[in-house]
Amino acid sequence: MASVTDISTAHVWDLLEAVTDPEVPVLSILDLGIVRDVKVENNHAHIVITPTYSGCPAMDVISMSIRMQLLSNGFKEVSITQVLSPAWTTDWMTEAGKEKLRAYGIAPPNPTQQVCNTKLFADDEAVQCPHCNSWNTRRLSEFGSTACKSLFQCNDCHEPFDYFKCH
Amino acid sequence: MSSQALINYSLYLADNTLILAQRNAEWCGHGPILEQDIALTNISLDLLGQSRSFYQYAATLINEANPSATPVSEDSLAFRRDVYDFKNILITELPNGDWGNTILRQFFFSAYQFLLYQQMKQSSDATLAAIAEKSLKEVTYHLRWSSEWVIRLGDGTEESHDRMTSAVENLWSFTGEVFEAAPFEKDAVEAGFGIDPASLKSAWLEKVTEIFTEATLAVPPSGWMQTGGKTGKHSEYLGFILAEMQFLQRAYPDASW
Ligand SMILES: [Zn+2]
Repeated sequence: MASVTDISTAHVWDLLEAVTDPEVPVLSILDLGIVRDVKVENNHAHIVITPTYSGCPAMDVISMSIRMQLLSNGFKEVSITQVLSPAWTTDWMTEAGKEKLRAYGIAPPNPTQQVCNTKLFADDEAVQCPHCNSWNTRRLSEFGSTACKSLFQCNDCHEPFDYFKCH
Repeated sequence: MSSQALINYSLYLADNTLILAQRNAEWCGHGPILEQDIALTNISLDLLGQSRSFYQYAATLINEANPSATPVSEDSLAFRRDVYDFKNILITELPNGDWGNTILRQFFFSAYQFLLYQQMKQSSDATLAAIAEKSLKEVTYHLRWSSEWVIRLGDGTEESHDRMTSAVENLWSFTGEVFEAAPFEKDAVEAGFGIDPASLKSAWLEKVTEIFTEATLAVPPSGWMQTGGKTGKHSEYLGFILAEMQFLQRAYPDASW
């Protein structure tokens, strides 16, 4: 039988599903894989999150959104801890999250072992166009509109698109 | 004593990344093309994020060591210290110069940071190790991006090659300081959590030689090196950086959004 604590912990996870990334609003913070732990004691929720990038300006907004969401759902106290280790990786993004990204027009991250190295002129990385599914694409820039993205263009449909880069 | 060593070491790592972030951010809106303007701004943001982690840690340690004093914060450490308190190496405070000069400095710094964080990941201090683990992934991108640009420009047109050659002449005498251990680094090594910067030098030079060879640039002889930043003896440039960066908090203490 599930204890009261288990039930309220599961409830918190459900509530967190509604907190989204302000920079990629189709993704919940659970899709992103940045919620590392949830603990509930009485009316006090402890949430442990990890930043995607050190300087990610979304982290402060996300912390505030978590707090608002839980306070408005009856929790009296909410504490949020940021941990840096183990470091966040795009491998923690859920499959559902990757599908949502694709549908939103952002190419989801490739598995990390493929490209997270210092090898120059990254000629090996194949990224699929989220618009026409062509693999015939090229990188325009290593860095995109936010720290987590790089900029690509499709050679077939010619649409530019963001790639949620491996990390 | 050990706490003071950790504080100084964390402040050093914080100051280096803050000042270079601030310099790179001057390119925001002025990059040669939009994509590369964004690239450098992203790197700046990563460096700023790393400096925040180090300042937050330093602030925690300072407040623990001085429980009766007015508490410090990441903001007060960044915005309320003066030139001689800053420990950043001189190369981070030099003016940007042209795009090639900015890129070359970033490459020199990223190549160093890549080696530093690889070692620091195994630091006996859990917080330093965690920051290094997190930041190493970011620096991997910075190193790749800046290496590619050094090659493109060095092995590019006659003009880009000439400009890169001037950038090498301009910056080279500022590349030695980072590898000369300051007293607080010796303390950090002795206490077991710090990295001896001299131990990174040969791997750094190897990386520079590899990239310069592809970029058709000559690696200068080691020669005489500028020092002083680590012990607070800065060029006149740092004062101007701080004047701009700290203006708001100096004029309106504790102002917030
Ligand atoms: Zn396409």
